[in-house]
Amino acid sequence: MSNIIEIAQNIMIKNGFVMSFLVIGVLMWFSTIISKHITKGRIHSSAIAVLLGLVLAYIGGVVTGGDKGIADIAAFAGVGVLGGSMLRDFTIVSTAYGVTLSEIKKCGLIGVVSLILGVISAFLTGAIVAVCFGYKDAVSITTIAAGAATFVVGPVTGTALGASSTVITISIAAGVVKSVAVMVITPFAAKRIGLTTPKAAMIYGGLMGTTSGTAAGLAATDTRLVPYGAMTATFYTGLGCLLCPTVLFWLTRLIFAM
Amino acid sequence: MTIYGVAIISACMFVGNFIGDVLGQLMGVDSNVGGVGFAMLFLILITGSDLYGSKLSETTTKGLKYWQSMFIPVVAAMTASQNVVQAVSGGPIAILAGLLAVMTSFIILPSLNKVFQSYEVDEELEVAEN
Repeated sequence: MSNIIEIAQNIMIKNGFVMSFLVIGVLMWFSTIISKHITKGRIHSSAIAVLLGLVLAYIGGVVTGGDKGIADIAAFAGVGVLGGSMLRDFTIVSTAYGVTLSEIKKCGLIGVVSLILGVISAFLTGAIVAVCFGYKDAVSITTIAAGAATFVVGPVTGTALGASSTVITISIAAGVVKSVAVMVITPFAAKRIGLTTPKAAMIYGGLMGTTSGTAAGLAATDTRLVPYGAMTATFYTGLGCLLCPTVLFWLTRLIFAM
Repeated sequence: MTIYGVAIISACMFVGNFIGDVLGQLMGVDSNVGGVGFAMLFLILITGSDLYGSKLSETTTKGLKYWQSMFIPVVAAMTASQNVVQAVSGGPIAILAGLLAVMTSFIILPSLNKVFQSYEVDEELEVAEN
């Protein structure tokens, strides 16, 4: 009997990537059933898929103590490839197929404005929280504030400024919380905040910045909006890495002398 | 051939990431600046313009549409491989900083949307259905 389980496990491990199609296929199937029969279609199946995915990620993290969610369990390692940044970016790029150029042209300025506002507002919020929790040195405040931008900007800024590893970990966690919150809250808040047009989606992508959060949040809201939000969000991390350790750090240092 | 459609996306991703990396180095940032965005722009230019778009054969578009339809499953796989445990265990400071940053953006969005009201031209979504 244990032999049979071992054989099955070996197949899963040997063919990890291909088996991830089966795993995610089943996940999507479950999500559709839950969406149709339990929520009576009120909650879109992709929103449920995102939630189920997060639950699986939590289970995987608790069981293995690793940082890649369910993908840390050997039999499900392929899920990490399917959901890794390579295929994520590839499918995001593919969503641009069918978008008209005129739409993008009209939104160029909006994209730039929302990106700058997005980085600054996230930084300010993060900085205020850091100060409220008793941080008084400019390096720590800047690092945690940068983490509120995205989980890439936080460690990049922290490393550049020489922040302690505890502070860098907090900044990564803040970024991860942000991206998870964007995934979960967006489909429920979308209508109320007017997230129904390509223009709004471009503003949204610029304000939120987390590529994974934006992609998942918009996918669960209205798939047609994905390319617009993803387009602006993709510039956010770069802009954040540019502004946080430089201009925003200098401003923070002006207020909180070293 | 279907692979042509897939190859077009790959080519766009290569050129986009190339520009993003070079831009990042020029700016002295240790990150890719807008690589995916540039890649998307190229795909729109290739497939959405009259110059090339009309020349794509039906089998070529199949390759494009297939990966487009794989987007949500990939997102589901992505969420399943997130470090959710760290997000929860970062303590109240990480949770508050992350959550409040999202809330602030949700508050800003409607007003920005209004400020740019004159840009209201996007009532019709012309994105390909899949």
